[in-house]
Amino acid sequence: MTRCGLRPVVGRAAGETNVLKELMRWIESTDVAMLISQSGGWFPALEMIHVTATTFVFGMITIVDLRLLGLLARRSAVSDLYRDVIPLTWAAFVVAAISGALLFMSQAVAYSANFAFRMKFAVLALIALNMLAFRLFVYPGISKWDRAAAIPLRARLAGAISLAGWITVVACARWIAYLMI
Amino acid sequence: MVELASWLASLPIGQALRRLNWLVPWLQTIHILANGIILSAVVMIDMRLWGISRSQASIAMARRFQPWIWAGLVVLTVSGIALILYAPRRVLTDVTFQVKMVVMGLAIAATVALLLALRPGREASPAQPVGHKLAGLLGTLSLVLWVVVTLAGRGRWLALLLR
Repeated sequence: MTRCGLRPVVGRAAGETNVLKELMRWIESTDVAMLISQSGGWFPALEMIHVTATTFVFGMITIVDLRLLGLLARRSAVSDLYRDVIPLTWAAFVVAAISGALLFMSQAVAYSANFAFRMKFAVLALIALNMLAFRLFVYPGISKWDRAAAIPLRARLAGAISLAGWITVVACARWIAYLMI
Repeated sequence: MVELASWLASLPIGQALRRLNWLVPWLQTIHILANGIILSAVVMIDMRLWGISRSQASIAMARRFQPWIWAGLVVLTVSGIALILYAPRRVLTDVTFQVKMVVMGLAIAATVALLLALRPGREASPAQPVGHKLAGLLGTLSLVLWVVVTLAGRGRWLALLLR
């Protein structure tokens, strides 16, 4: 599992020692993580913020995805909708990421070993790649089809991948709790 | 409330749901997704009312997102009822849930009022819309209420606060 090229911190004598697990243990032992896991209120408060911010991210990004798929707002320019939606979505994403990172810290060992959690981040990586590809290869030529009835296949594909990806992220996120040991 | 919960718990549909354990996370996922659609639809209408949107007039914007709000609400209600039936005692006696239901009633009322204020024909001229202030106020109110509903959806923290 730890193919990151680092030497185990504790050394081979400890047998199953594994860098990643040590790192996760250390994260859990930090003051911030201890505060969140030990106090009664921090975890549920962060969870509430995290779920709400994620819900918002999903809803906002879905508007762009549905437009790219030609299922919504066909009379508005894609670029107008994109510039309306994306800044707010990023703002919500930052809130979700910070609250999510803090939640993770409180139980780093268990979360990092959780299958649904790993899946969630694999899909998030896919979403990031999809977004990068969209910005690099699809968005620059948008003026040609911004208001056109026919949306190019690669734009529709980007929308479909994003929509499927975010639905999967929410599903994985919900499954994390059911797979916690 | 406790009697209602017991009665609901005895219904065959609840028992069937409890046998289909794996269905619950999926229902919760659908519930969250529908919630997101409603939030974003209200935000899109609001952005136009606040004057920070590039696309469409506010009435056209409201008309465009209205079906998504209703569809989201239907999905939210159906999945929500199924989740109540799964664990009626725990859900109905939860103070956070009761708060959520009250705020949701207000949120729906504010949203309906917003859509009524933006119904076609209310705009005197495309350049100078009447009732825009009222609509803006209703729009902001709906958004705030829907955000509170969403927060309360994962509101164990609220329960700690209200205890």
